[in-house]
Amino acid sequence: MTEPSNRRTEEARAFGFETRQLHAGQRPDPNTGARAVPIFQTTSYVFEDPESAAAYFNLQEYGNTYSRIMNPTVAVFEERMANLEGGCGAVAFASGISAQAAALFTLLQPGDHVVSSSALYGGTVNQFKHMLRKMSVELTWVDPDDADAWREAVRPNTKALFGETIGNPAGNVLDIETVASIAHDHDLPLIVDNTFATPYLCRPIEWGADIVIHSATKFIGGHGTSIGGVVVESGTFNWSNGRFPVIADPSPAYHGLQFHETFGTYGYLMKLRAETLRDLGAALAPFNAFLFLQGLETLSLRMERHVDNARAVAAFLESHEVASNVTYSGLPDSRYRPLVQKYLPRGAGAVFSFDCAGGRAGGQELIRGVTLWSHLANVGDAKSLIIHPASTTHRQLSDAELQAAGVGPGTVRLSVGTESVEDLIWDLEQGLARVK
Amino acid sequence: MIELEQYQDAEAIQRVLHTASTIAVVGLSSNELRASHFVGFYLKRHGYRVIPVNPRETDVLGTESYRSLLDIDVPVDIVNVFRAPDALPAIARDAVAIGAGALWCQFGVINEEGARIAADGGVTVIMDRCLKVEHARYLGRMHWFGFNTQRITSVRTGLQ
Repeated sequence: MTEPSNRRTEEARAFGFETRQLHAGQRPDPNTGARAVPIFQTTSYVFEDPESAAAYFNLQEYGNTYSRIMNPTVAVFEERMANLEGGCGAVAFASGISAQAAALFTLLQPGDHVVSSSALYGGTVNQFKHMLRKMSVELTWVDPDDADAWREAVRPNTKALFGETIGNPAGNVLDIETVASIAHDHDLPLIVDNTFATPYLCRPIEWGADIVIHSATKFIGGHGTSIGGVVVESGTFNWSNGRFPVIADPSPAYHGLQFHETFGTYGYLMKLRAETLRDLGAALAPFNAFLFLQGLETLSLRMERHVDNARAVAAFLESHEVASNVTYSGLPDSRYRPLVQKYLPRGAGAVFSFDCAGGRAGGQELIRGVTLWSHLANVGDAKSLIIHPASTTHRQLSDAELQAAGVGPGTVRLSVGTESVEDLIWDLEQGLARVK
Repeated sequence: MIELEQYQDAEAIQRVLHTASTIAVVGLSSNELRASHFVGFYLKRHGYRVIPVNPRETDVLGTESYRSLLDIDVPVDIVNVFRAPDALPAIARDAVAIGAGALWCQFGVINEEGARIAADGGVTVIMDRCLKVEHARYLGRMHWFGFNTQRITSVRTGLQ
């Protein structure tokens, strides 16, 4: 029997995406040899001795202390996401919305300001509009397609620019490289929600984004089983540029530690984990991390099929007399075609909306009529999903906000799944036949 | 413009980590909140003999601090540098003089002349990389914190 060795030199190789979606973040368990990722269903971890415990709590050593802050199963998911997005690391959260809150809280203080795209998921609009205001953080909404609007909205107290790779539900495509350069001109980070694209279709960090967030609930998990989120950071943003004392200065929440000076590349993520996750408490459950890892193993395969089906369904709707304003940016005549070719060459995702004739009543009649598409408030499931935003996900928004988010009274949002595409079109056809 | 990639070779980094046992840390601070202290503490914990080199200190991590690399009377495998980049040429000359195996310059400690002096003197140069991070990547537990080790392997290793 040969002794297992830690001292075998590994060749540096640029492995492909499909290899990394299966392997990144995981090595066979050194204790048992388990090939699948073990589910470490434990709240806490036994320390070797008092010195080790102190070193872990002081962040002098990478050590497990408590599953609110880190967990070995969750860590595999975090590293795999960081690897696929091309970041230096990641921190997972119990939901996409808590990941987003944590990403912002780590760099914000009362009196700060954020510039955000106005074409966002309704839940994000709620969080920004109400939660950030409660924290005394100001917000400016901008038309994401207008570079001058981004530039002009920046103020001396601005701390971040925020947008979605593919806007929900209007399907706008963010010009990541342009907005990132505007952010960097002002020593600011660009935060991108990459939920709708996934790292298979677009990797915002490669275009200059500094922080990428995901609702892993969607295509990452891919099977509608678990709620979760993740924050990935590039590791290249200079948090010691003078604009971010909250990260660069000695932290009163961690006995005077200067996170960026001490941990350099890893400073933001260390603070995100050791302070923000510790104090907000929205930890991802190990079992949910396991299910996300199962999802990631087939991410590229599913996304290829999602995109193929989305293209076919969008083309069908475009030719249907009851449907109009099909916002799929993957359509050949989309105004976003140049941006899709640049940022989303493998496809523009699988979530889009269209306007049903007959306004609110028309949209509701279509939803009553379909029998294969599931009427529910989620996207990114392998199963096809349908919803009427004006009466559900975007219900809390005013008419003006609805319009800014690209939602009309008859707008219906689809998340195109991986079923036989002829069955998806058949079902929409029978639903649309009820719309007058 | 210095080509840093030549001083960041993954296989060279692993060879240095696998073969070293004594590390002189130039600029090691006794302040527990400084990056140099984090690194020195970590390396000592992982079984390396850590020798402080800092004229402003008398004792760091329980070990006498030397004024200069030239004062150290045992073989040094790695000279690990936490100093301003312009201090590097002199440190590189000393590293060559004591026959060090490697000159390891931390994040931002970038100086072309220093790298050339060390390389010409037969010393392996690693630059703009953190010794703690690279140890944790290949031999430690960096993956427990969700950091991207960029390692892909199906080889079962021993306990960490």
